[in-house]
Amino acid sequence: MQVLPSIGMVAIGGSAGSLPVLVQLLNSLHQPLKWPVVIILHRLKNVQSELHNLLSAKIPITEPVDKEPVESRVYLAPQNYHLLIEEDRTFSLDYSEPLHFSRPSIDVSFFSAAAIYRRHALGILLSGANKDGAAGIQRIISHGGTGIVQQPDTALFSNMPQAALDLSPQVQAMTIDGITGYLNQLR
Amino acid sequence: MVEEISNRELSDIVQLVRTRYGYDFTDYAPASLKRRFVRFIGHVRLNSVRELLTRLENDPVFFRRMTQFITVNVTEMFRDPPFYRDMRELVLPRLASYPIIKIWHAGCATGEEVFSMVILLQEAGLLERCRIYATDLNAANLEKAGQAIIPLRYMKEYTQNYILAGGLQDFSNYYTARYDHAIISPALRKNIIFFQHNLVTDQVFNEFHLVCCRNVFIYFNRRLQDRVIGLFRESLAPLGYLALGLKESMMFTEERRHFEEVSDSSKIYRRKL
Ligand SMILES: C[S@@+](CC[C@H](N)C(=O)[O-])C[C@H]1O[C@@H](n2cnc3c(N)ncnc32)[C@H](O)[C@@H]1O
Repeated sequence: MQVLPSIGMVAIGGSAGSLPVLVQLLNSLHQPLKWPVVIILHRLKNVQSELHNLLSAKIPITEPVDKEPVESRVYLAPQNYHLLIEEDRTFSLDYSEPLHFSRPSIDVSFFSAAAIYRRHALGILLSGANKDGAAGIQRIISHGGTGIVQQPDTALFSNMPQAALDLSPQVQAMTIDGITGYLNQLR
Repeated sequence: MVEEISNRELSDIVQLVRTRYGYDFTDYAPASLKRRFVRFIGHVRLNSVRELLTRLENDPVFFRRMTQFITVNVTEMFRDPPFYRDMRELVLPRLASYPIIKIWHAGCATGEEVFSMVILLQEAGLLERCRIYATDLNAANLEKAGQAIIPLRYMKEYTQNYILAGGLQDFSNYYTARYDHAIISPALRKNIIFFQHNLVTDQVFNEFHLVCCRNVFIYFNRRLQDRVIGLFRESLAPLGYLALGLKESMMFTEERRHFEEVSDSSKIYRRKL
């Protein structure tokens, strides 16, 4: 049997088609959370996050402000900024140019989670129509962390999880139920 | 290709830049500073931090290119429209009581934020009484700001921002379009002075009723944020206003006890008496 990693941060990236599965995933997580969950979602500019509306009051989600300490709760990367993590476990925002036409970019946050949490980083990529996140998952794995993607044939848009699988054979593909089951066993 | 740089490498770069050129990035937030250096190394196609250090040691022109690249210069007119709405409703009416209104935009980049502010002031009938000091670390930014030339293709978005910010005039009255660019009307700009000022090393230079320092703090670590808020406190008249970026908070600094909150969502604060 596979040994479960001990987790410092769960970072989840999603783009087109990821919102419903993300909601499903978050709603099935056991509370209280044992680790911070950071969500990086491609969204339209100047549009209030649909995520807040979609989730019941069951799970509070906050957009971190700069230098806010990272705690065991759910965070959503604010629109128009890249979200980074500092060694003292605080968030840092970054307003530099978009990557993959995206700000926040999934790669940027995954790189940062990999550098800080190393083998305790867990990256998850959901449905999406581009390649953001693939290099990020690869980096997490090369630092000893864990990479999971939504099984491409269950994703509304398979490009994003598929790109990660193509780049890193160690990535594990799972259904959403598989992912939540896995997360709920972790400590 | 350089994918990541270590703390040791970061401190080597920062130290070289400080001793050789007098620019101090010591207390910049490491995560984004590292990211900027990684991006720059890729941009100029170097293969290692060692190569970067060698170029920096020997080539001041290269150093200037690097500072230009790592200090992020992205800005917009009427960025975050609700902020400008709050300025219009909560702050400008209070500033109206001063015979001369002094405003400091710290980290003004290429001026778009300042041009937005003078439009608000003009519409509130206050512009004639304002003295606006707009500063930045980066000389190339200030030169652009002085020209007030903005690519025309951005104006559609800025017009929308302006309307969302509660603007009621015809936005195109505020600039002249020439070929593919717009020039902000000189009449709006006559009370603005642009000059170089480094928030890390330079001092208080005047007393202000409003200081805007938006989307600059995110580049600083907590210690530096605290110090720079101290600098702003000393630069503010009692009950003067301080505005930060929407995702920047005073919450995690020691200085917060000297301020009261005017708008949490817009990150507008007021110096206590
Ligand atoms: C992202 S821009 C913000 C522009 C504008 N305030 C806005 O919110 O749109 C950040 C600016 O901060 C400037 N900056 C960085 N470090 C600085 C320092 N130590 N002193 C003064 N300006 C600095 C950069 O040169 C850049 O122009």
